Amino acid sequence: MSAGIRRILPQLLTLLAVVALITAFFPSFLSVEMVDGRLVGSAIDVLKRGAPVALLAVGMTLVIATGGIDLSVGAVMAICGAAGAWAISNDYPLVAALLIALAAGLACGLWNGVLVALVGIQPIVATLILMVAGRGIAQMITEGRILTFSHDGFAFFGSGTIFGVPTPVILWLAVGILFTLLVRRTALGLLIESVGINRRASALSGVNATVLLVFVYMASGICAAVAGIVATADIRGADANNAGLWLELDAILAVVIGGTSLLGGRFSIIASLIGAMIIQAIDTGILLAGFPSEYNLVIKAGLVVIILVLQSPRLSPRISAALSRRRKEPAPAGSATEARE
Amino acid sequence: MLLSIRGLTKSFPGTRALDGVSFDLRAGEIHALLGENGAGKSTLIKCLTGVYERDAGEILLDGRPVAPQSTHDAQTLGIGTVYQEVNLLPNLSVAENLTFGRQPSRAGLVQTRKMRAQAEEMLSGYGLDHVNVAQSLGAYSVAVQQIVAIARAVALSGKVLILDEPTASLDSAETEMLFSVVRDLRERGLGIIFVSHFLDQVFSLTDRLTVLRNGQHIVTAETAEVSRLDLIHHMLGHELEEAEHRRHATKTAQQSVLTFDGTGRRGKIAPFDLTVSRGEVIGMAGLLGSGRTETADMLFGRTPPDSGKAHDDDGPVSLRNPREAIAAGFGYAPEDRKTDGIIGELSVRENIALALQARRGWWRPLPRAEQRELAERYIERLDIRTSGAEKPVGELSGGNQQKVVLARWLAMNPRFLILDEPTRGIDVGAHAEILRLIGEVVESGMSILLISSELDELVAASDRIIVVRDREHVAELVGEDIETDAIVRAIAASDAPAAAPAAEVAR
Amino acid sequence: MNTRALPLYATIAIFLVAYLICWIQFPAMLSTRVIGNLLTDNAYLGIVAVGMTVVIISGGIDLSVGSVIAFSGVFISVVLRDTSLHPLVVFPLLLAVTTLFGAAMGGLIHGLGMPPFIVTLAGMFLARGAAYMLTIDSVPIDHEFYDTLRRLYWLMPGKGRLTLLGIVMLLSVVVGMILAHRTRFGTSVFALGGGAHTARLMGVAVGRTTVLIYAFSGFMAGLAGIVFSIYTASGYPLATVGVELNAIAAVVIGGTLLTGGSGWVVGTLIGVLTMGLIQTYIVFDGSLSSWWTKIAIGALLLMFILLQKGLLALGRQQFAGTAQT
Repeated sequence: MSAGIRRILPQLLTLLAVVALITAFFPSFLSVEMVDGRLVGSAIDVLKRGAPVALLAVGMTLVIATGGIDLSVGAVMAICGAAGAWAISNDYPLVAALLIALAAGLACGLWNGVLVALVGIQPIVATLILMVAGRGIAQMITEGRILTFSHDGFAFFGSGTIFGVPTPVILWLAVGILFTLLVRRTALGLLIESVGINRRASALSGVNATVLLVFVYMASGICAAVAGIVATADIRGADANNAGLWLELDAILAVVIGGTSLLGGRFSIIASLIGAMIIQAIDTGILLAGFPSEYNLVIKAGLVVIILVLQSPRLSPRISAALSRRRKEPAPAGSATEARE
Repeated sequence: MLLSIRGLTKSFPGTRALDGVSFDLRAGEIHALLGENGAGKSTLIKCLTGVYERDAGEILLDGRPVAPQSTHDAQTLGIGTVYQEVNLLPNLSVAENLTFGRQPSRAGLVQTRKMRAQAEEMLSGYGLDHVNVAQSLGAYSVAVQQIVAIARAVALSGKVLILDEPTASLDSAETEMLFSVVRDLRERGLGIIFVSHFLDQVFSLTDRLTVLRNGQHIVTAETAEVSRLDLIHHMLGHELEEAEHRRHATKTAQQSVLTFDGTGRRGKIAPFDLTVSRGEVIGMAGLLGSGRTETADMLFGRTPPDSGKAHDDDGPVSLRNPREAIAAGFGYAPEDRKTDGIIGELSVRENIALALQARRGWWRPLPRAEQRELAERYIERLDIRTSGAEKPVGELSGGNQQKVVLARWLAMNPRFLILDEPTRGIDVGAHAEILRLIGEVVESGMSILLISSELDELVAASDRIIVVRDREHVAELVGEDIETDAIVRAIAASDAPAAAPAAEVAR
Repeated sequence: MNTRALPLYATIAIFLVAYLICWIQFPAMLSTRVIGNLLTDNAYLGIVAVGMTVVIISGGIDLSVGSVIAFSGVFISVVLRDTSLHPLVVFPLLLAVTTLFGAAMGGLIHGLGMPPFIVTLAGMFLARGAAYMLTIDSVPIDHEFYDTLRRLYWLMPGKGRLTLLGIVMLLSVVVGMILAHRTRFGTSVFALGGGAHTARLMGVAVGRTTVLIYAFSGFMAGLAGIVFSIYTASGYPLATVGVELNAIAAVVIGGTLLTGGSGWVVGTLIGVLTMGLIQTYIVFDGSLSSWWTKIAIGALLLMFILLQKGLLALGRQQFAGTAQT
């Protein structure tokens, strides 16, 4: 357990620092009140508004752990939101509408997974196809309009509360915990990491890399579906153009902040979730500070560069060498990069 | 003397790749550099071409000490290299590859016509008149690409030409084409270092040869004065003539556990028959590239067989992929443990548990306590030197990494374990331990296919030995016949036209 | 025949067939008027796609270009609004900024050894954020010189207008073709895409080339920004969101291998025109909905990726065949 905490410590400290900074300027940031049976406050707002990125980050973590990337999650969100909204506005029962949305997400994930694992297309290229075409599909479902509906049951997933806590917060926590349990209480996590680090050696040890790859893209698809339901329910309408727009980039950023290498390998869903909250806290903090919300793009860019420098394969050996004051011998031929082929 | 190397030494963590090696190259000679994998050939070449920095020793070119810092540096000094994997760019045209970095240009624009003319001139004398230099290099056969690479290296360097396994993927006509080019270059006064594991080619092409083994210089001699037999002796080495045989009195009436009938794969290894008995060690001898690793890859379903069938007492055994092979009770510790064996960033514990876990399925995780217990047990049993079970396996030394891979398979308790060069590049102590371990596990009934280029090791550990040559199983030695000389003779018996095909291997 | 050129032929064939279909259904589509509009409407995309082609041939990707175009428009409009500088002074200033910006990204990619994807993602955020910092509103450009630029065109036979914007795009394509296919730099770009390791062995200055590649892409994005600002006569920080995706799609549909090492700048022009043609067709049809554009582009992308995957596999098979026999 202590190893688990040590793993997420940098992210936790960063989040605490961000929160402390905001609170220093706006002491009300952390104050939470109960109004009309629901919790209200800036901190709660952060948790709620960060839900879509947090949900996407869960699936994205698994995809990135295999050395892949899923650019299509924003478009898949739009598709699933549109599918759910379409079903609910055509008087399907709530459960059916939710199932249709989730099934759409699974189908999109399956498509990506097949292109990557069976056809053998590079992940960034394979998921680009759905990223481009996906919004068109979503628009086709909504017929180009913002497909609005009035169904309190469906809207509950966006704006409802459970014991005062906004439903989206419960959802991302639940999905995060569910997937953490799924991969850590079974051997999935180990097998995903092993494929991400060295697919050849894993296959020779009997790991079914193909099935695992399809699985992670389907997991990403279903997380995108839940995010799509939340986004659609929140505004009581499916906006095929804007739902989930550019959220894939935020999700990737959350995973990278969470310390999972883009080259694959060791991953932590919890760290990615904290990463998502860091992004949202900065977002909200800038808003509170009275800056136009657009300033956070520049801050995000700075954040990315800092993380890149820290993770850089060229610089980090030197940094860690400087820190530990002992130089490691360079590995002889046949380095890790070859092993990843 | 064109090139002199004196006392060259280079170490990597855990191994000494080159140990005071000396080497001479005259102008106008073709000098073969020989040795098995891990003998130090490629390290020597990399020190020579500036890829590695040497720890000690000196390199003299035309009598002047040189210290190339990069391949480019070596090129300008006059040392050009052509690798087995053509180090040119197949997506560029032949002309661009030849003139790269020196394309004729005016006002910033490449003068295409002039560039092509230059390229054609560079290629003249290499017998490549049919080649269209405007075509992309990738459109031509590997042989043509090799010769283009040589033409470029000669034009750039012009003193020493290193050919590193240039013929590995060529057919005989192409090889002959390449050789006539190389002979021409010798006439022009270049010193040529020729690395190859094809002994026929060494004898037909080279003037002198040098053998390395375990990072040490073994012998340098005129090629004409060395017999094929002596050469193989030098390469494989067998100082311990009276190596202790494990038990050569072949146990009779062994119960067979696996039978392969006519198993083979086109282009990899000719069909062969093989019966594996319970608790026996089958050694496999042969030179690099003879079909040893190909046999192992095929039996484990990595490049599945396209002919023949395998069966055990219960019926046919399917080997279409590694998972099926594992399900059939096979295990495989591959030759290249860095790329095919270990999962570097995972811990020792996870690496050991991996195959077991993959077989159980993801939904039945091996409890952490059991994994730890498993890891602790094998760390102790195999004497894996690590600060703990949670240390990333990539941080261990080569020998200990090998032990982790072995532990992964022993934990599966397979009935048939394939070990491809299990002792390569590891220190003497670990070496002995792995041999002891082999003896131990076969006592419990496991069968082992042991592939090795160390004859002593094979003789000491095997119950019988299969010799492979030119991608074919050519001989089988049993009982009293198991001795290094017999193996060397079987390997050396070149051109014995189908004298000892599969029939002899079959029982 | 060189099988590597097959994607280019496929691109040209698809464009011609598509145009033929359009013409059969709507004879009016075969007119210089439509062609002129096609070039004008897609000028900024064509220009930025030329830069993207070079980046992709080198095995990289540049996600920042859409944001850089938006930044350029905002930069120009704000400077023109707040100062008395002439556009002809502002343009070089802007191009210097975007070129340096691209060069800095190239430097980071090489210096940090990080994937271009994530570095240019940071660039995307930065450029968009910088645009927001200048203004969050749409700023109209009201300068007589702009009116002059917008009125410049050559009346083609058939009353079609080849505008200045279209001409700038065609010139960019020509410059891109020369740069990629006729200079040492271009050869180095192809070499990098063929394999950075081998390229280094052959003497490519990998760092310098990488910086130049992204600097070129930055320059082209700046030029596209100028063209876009002329086209819309305004600067708006929310403009051209997602243009990087269209540019990448145009490059791939143009027959360039997304993994690098092989491609044609002229193919990219045809890719841009094909995408424009689909949109024009939908406008002419009137009953088809706009989302079919995206789906059609996605389908074309899939087709080209599969085609190239197949060609690679075919090549490898041939290679294996020659190696064995």
